[in-house]
Amino acid sequence: MQKSEEHAGRKEHSQQHGKEYVLRLYITGATPNSIRALTNIKELCEAHLQGRYYLEIIDVYQQADIAEKEQLIALPLLIKKTPLPEKRLIGDLSDTEKVLKGLGLKL
Amino acid sequence: MPQKLKNNPRKLNTLKKTQSGIKGLDEITGGGLPKGRPTLVCGAAGCGKTLMAIEFIVKGILEFGEPGVFMAFEEKAGELETNVSSLGFNLAKLQKDGLLRVDHVHIDKSEIEETGEYDLDGLFIRLGYAIDSIGAKRVVLDTIENLFSGLNNQAILRAELRRLFGWLKDKGVTAIITGEKGDGTLTRQGLEEYVSDCVILLDHRVTNQISTRLLRIVKYRGSLHGTNEYPFLIDEEGISVLPITSLMLNSEVSSQRISSGIPALDNMLGGQGFFRGSSILISGTAGTGKTSLAAYFANESCNRKERCIYFAFEESPQQIMRNMRSIGMDLQAHIDKGLLEMHSARPTLNGLEMHLVAIHKHVKRFKPRAVILDPITNLITVGSISEVKAMLIRLIDFLQTEQITVLFTALSLNTIVTEQTDEGVSSLVDAWLLVRDIESNGERNRGMYIMKSRGMKHSNQVREFVITDEGLDLVDVYLGTDGVLTGSAREAQQLLETTTKVLRTHAISRKDLEIQRKRKVLEAKIASLQEEFESVQDELSKSYVEEDLRKEIMEKNREELIQNRQTKNTGNVKK
Repeated sequence: MQKSEEHAGRKEHSQQHGKEYVLRLYITGATPNSIRALTNIKELCEAHLQGRYYLEIIDVYQQADIAEKEQLIALPLLIKKTPLPEKRLIGDLSDTEKVLKGLGLKL
Repeated sequence: MPQKLKNNPRKLNTLKKTQSGIKGLDEITGGGLPKGRPTLVCGAAGCGKTLMAIEFIVKGILEFGEPGVFMAFEEKAGELETNVSSLGFNLAKLQKDGLLRVDHVHIDKSEIEETGEYDLDGLFIRLGYAIDSIGAKRVVLDTIENLFSGLNNQAILRAELRRLFGWLKDKGVTAIITGEKGDGTLTRQGLEEYVSDCVILLDHRVTNQISTRLLRIVKYRGSLHGTNEYPFLIDEEGISVLPITSLMLNSEVSSQRISSGIPALDNMLGGQGFFRGSSILISGTAGTGKTSLAAYFANESCNRKERCIYFAFEESPQQIMRNMRSIGMDLQAHIDKGLLEMHSARPTLNGLEMHLVAIHKHVKRFKPRAVILDPITNLITVGSISEVKAMLIRLIDFLQTEQITVLFTALSLNTIVTEQTDEGVSSLVDAWLLVRDIESNGERNRGMYIMKSRGMKHSNQVREFVITDEGLDLVDVYLGTDGVLTGSAREAQQLLETTTKVLRTHAISRKDLEIQRKRKVLEAKIASLQEEFESVQDELSKSYVEEDLRKEIMEKNREELIQNRQTKNTGNVKK
């Protein structure tokens, strides 16, 4: 029950922002991979999704308990929550082709 | 073995070990798994890796108070809980008590897109969080190789795994990592390269349609360990590994004697029976009463209020009890009192090792003073002669160290007395009784003799072994002109002897009578002679008396005459 409410809350949250793309990026502090992933996604979003996205960045080190909840293994991890289907992209997001495919921006 | 190991720590910087809590494993590893280091448990599918891992965690919590983290890459937490609940492990409760964390790692290639460099920090953080949240001392990663099916970049994975194992060491947790056996390698992804401190290989082998689980310690850095393949058993209590090969023959011996249950047999054995803790073999052809002898021994043990386990490989307990009732023995009563346990299993049910393991378990649990295996011959069906012999050696070794008397029965297939039984155990046992058929005069009878009995005076005689409604007994056989007499021939001989005896007694009594009669005649004669003598004496004495009387009377008359004459004279004068 609690979980579904949480989900509902999140949806509300995304609707509040009214953004088409809700992305969540899990990073681990200031590791090179994390920094690269962050720069890469920001560049990508600005280039392709300007104004249409909401990007949440979570430092797993700060919230160790979510690692289990969110089934985190390989990091950095980018989760595309909406539009459906949900997609998980791991790595520093340097393979732009793959990232765009993963985000459904390119076929 | 444990005492020996206790002496070890005086050496400098010996490897510290964590007791696994798995029965027997700590003995062959000399105290457990390397403390604070990862151990690799590998083996093919279905050989018990996950079970061993979960038992390591649960036993750690329950017996050693060490919380544990179980990271499952294969099964979901719920599935795992259900699977091990049959072993009596309540994972849900342990998790609630904060002693256990089960974390299911879900990884699905189809959901993941690799877009560049990454690391497994997520796993590290997850594991680190789980460890720190309950203060875990034990960690299981089951089966971490699943990561390879979920992630493509082998180079990253390998580097990260190496880092993970190093990190686990730094954390100071004792870890078990399970791995599926690969083709020609211990694990599919060569995990043995990374986990190099201790590698345990589990195997599940099927020979002659019989499966045996085996465990071997492939390597154990910095520690002595058993190098053999040890059979292990998975049952309702979990895993038991049995290091059954005793290295030394230094078990204690007892000079206490215990009865065989048959007084006549005890008499043959120097009057007191077997030594306690000895091994006894009863061999013989079919239907010679081996089981009856064994049951008698069991019955006698129970009568002494000593516990006894009877392993039957041919008959069911009910069958044995019914059969023994016919010779006046009530085994049920002993079972009811908890002194006797009977276990029946077809030899083909398990491999030899498994039988041994099962016997071990029963013995350890029930703590009997006597164990009976009836018959060992059937074990041949599940192993070669040398395997059976090896198994029995280990069993005898084990039971002797526990001071338990063991009695085997063995079927010899021919009537010729061989110096060797089929199982080749005759040289191992302390006492060997042979029951055999003696065929003569159109009937078969049972003869028993003692082939050997170490350390005691024993009879060299063949005795006839009779089974009656009242029980078993040994009877002296008759050595006649035709050889050994048994059965009805012996009875005939006995009758003959009785008859002769009666006749002799009769003859003796007749002679006695004659003597008596003669004596009576003699005595009568003596009496008549005596009487004759008396009459003669009478006669003689009569004449004496008469003469005396006459003399007396004559004297008297003379005196009277004299007196009369005197009176006449004086009268004349006066006139």
